[in-house]
Amino acid sequence: MATLRREIRIHRPAAEVWTVCGRPELLHLWFPGIVNCAVEGDIRTITTGTGIPIPEQIITNDALQHRFQYRITAALFTSHLATLDVIDIGDGTCMVVYSTDAEPAVMALVIGGGTSGALAELKRQFESGSGPALDAVRTTGAPAVAVATTDTPAVATPAVAIEGGLV
Amino acid sequence: MGRKILFVTTDQQRYDTLGCNGGTLARTPVIDGLAATGVRYERAVPQSVVCMPSRSTMLTGQYPSTHGVWMNGVPLPVDAPSVAAELHRAGYRTALVGKPHFEPFLDPFAKFTENRLSREGLETMLDQPWFDGSRGVHRGFDHLEFATHNPAGPLHYSRWIQQNHPEVANMFYPVLDPTFEVNAAGGGDTGAPQAHVNNVPKEWYHTDWVADRTINWLDSLQADDDWFCWMSFPDPHHPWDPPASEVGRIDWRDVPLPAGYPETAAERERILDDKPRHWRMWYDGRLVSNYEAPKHWVPATLTADQIREVHALNAVECELIDEALGRVMAAIAAKGWTDDVDVIFTTDHGELQGDFGLLFKGPYHVDGLMRLPLIWRPAPSSGTAPAVVSRAVGLVDLAPTFCTIAGLRPNDWMQGSPLPIDDGDADARRDDKVLTEWDSELFGVAVHLRTITRGNWVCTAYRPGYVHDGTEGELYDLGADPLQQRNLWTDPDYAATRSDLVTDLWDSQPPTRVPRLDLVAPV
Repeated sequence: MATLRREIRIHRPAAEVWTVCGRPELLHLWFPGIVNCAVEGDIRTITTGTGIPIPEQIITNDALQHRFQYRITAALFTSHLATLDVIDIGDGTCMVVYSTDAEPAVMALVIGGGTSGALAELKRQFESGSGPALDAVRTTGAPAVAVATTDTPAVATPAVAIEGGLV
Repeated sequence: MGRKILFVTTDQQRYDTLGCNGGTLARTPVIDGLAATGVRYERAVPQSVVCMPSRSTMLTGQYPSTHGVWMNGVPLPVDAPSVAAELHRAGYRTALVGKPHFEPFLDPFAKFTENRLSREGLETMLDQPWFDGSRGVHRGFDHLEFATHNPAGPLHYSRWIQQNHPEVANMFYPVLDPTFEVNAAGGGDTGAPQAHVNNVPKEWYHTDWVADRTINWLDSLQADDDWFCWMSFPDPHHPWDPPASEVGRIDWRDVPLPAGYPETAAERERILDDKPRHWRMWYDGRLVSNYEAPKHWVPATLTADQIREVHALNAVECELIDEALGRVMAAIAAKGWTDDVDVIFTTDHGELQGDFGLLFKGPYHVDGLMRLPLIWRPAPSSGTAPAVVSRAVGLVDLAPTFCTIAGLRPNDWMQGSPLPIDDGDADARRDDKVLTEWDSELFGVAVHLRTITRGNWVCTAYRPGYVHDGTEGELYDLGADPLQQRNLWTDPDYAATRSDLVTDLWDSQPPTRVPRLDLVAPV
């Protein structure tokens, strides 16, 4: 199991940042390289910029702790857990921590490597006050508050091929 | 009309693979001919021994600490300084054909420009940010066609294979295994890792494709165009899978074992135990500190016959490169350009290729990885006399050399200086030292090395890391110990030499880019 953590401080209150982070269907609006999200129950399917659909199971969406967790259920992964924490610093700012734990180990970097760009984009939108994720929140209202806590098997585990040349 | 520049790079090629450097296995008459009429460098040193940082140094003229690509998997920012942009601005037509690797190849999110423009079949991107705030073609190149070691992924060569010869796409060795680790699977006759019988026809192999596409681009130019063409062959980097039709050129059974391979396990272990401990740990399979070596391969299992076969396949790949370069040189001659074309041939880093019983590359600053082939055949019209340069030079010196060839003053952000044309020139205007860096942090394992090559000495100081406490080091006398088998770091007789070199090493460190760029992919 490999683990990867990226974090960024955003000069906006945690509760405000959570209005985006707690909305799983908005991920493609702040995660560069994800072009679409479809959420059905606790299953989210993202589509990457190369057209790869990746199925995920939402494990936690906890509006009290400001914690969101999901697993990629594609067969390429033996295991995967992503955790997004929005931590109140207490001074009107917050720290957003995006962790990726995965097996095979390399996949933590292949997938988790995108999270630093996502956090940078999240910061850019909040600190500039504009961006597609904020627009979506303003349009559709408050975040979902449902707390999903499951470990039920994923509905489907399709194979995922990630194109890449080599070393 | 100025001098035109053909910049030829290979990937992971040892110094001793060329006939002009004493190699006896591969026949390299074209490169040998360039050396005979140009300047051959006997101590060319990379600033990093892996692809992305080293290639970024070639493009930017900066050390890895400064350009920021501190390990494979860290992308070079699109707006990084680029010598190609300087040449483009001066009116040069500019191309890069072959392997770029300024950005990661593994890219499921399509984040990286070079993968994206390949996928979209574009020649370049026109409105990219440049380092000085202006905008222009991508990294200063108005023509880009990319290839890597096999036809997987979105690069132009892969698309060409998929569209025209899809039946051969699966004939290449899969560089990564199903878990995306560097593949440890053996092949060939001996089961050597990354050795493989590849039934792809020679004319569809990436070496010939790179030459073909280079010639095609040259054919598109006007006779009086000034041009800079970076022709970047993916070989002889592993996998060692040249076209099967060519493998019979060299029978591995006839290949002598390299001088750097101690033939008994006891001798290998004695030599490795004299070095910082990650050497022996890798050899024994207890620590794979970097992504570039197969995670599931144990070097101690490497046999003498496997080394022979790897050398033979590698030499075949070097011969194919030499022949491909010969075709490009013939195309240049047919256009009447020869007298005005500078040719620079080099590689990004070396290959251990059996030295110490090891293969591939990693945080090991010894000649196998650090002594590079470098040939500069100045344009015959320049009247430069043939020479051999024994003084140390670096790949960081390439960018200012290109500027000088083009009649431009090297930019202030370039950290090297133009290559000397002989030892006298080197002594007159350069200090005889070159720096090399290694930084890697992968899943909790950190390794940090800083090396100075000066005169006959190579001295590496270790910073604290996963298995190092910051007191370790390596010190080799290249004159007395050309195979670097005797580490003098702790020898009291060499304490003063060590102290002087270490002081010079730390005093000479280049500025560090702040903030540090993120690692976003394995490679």
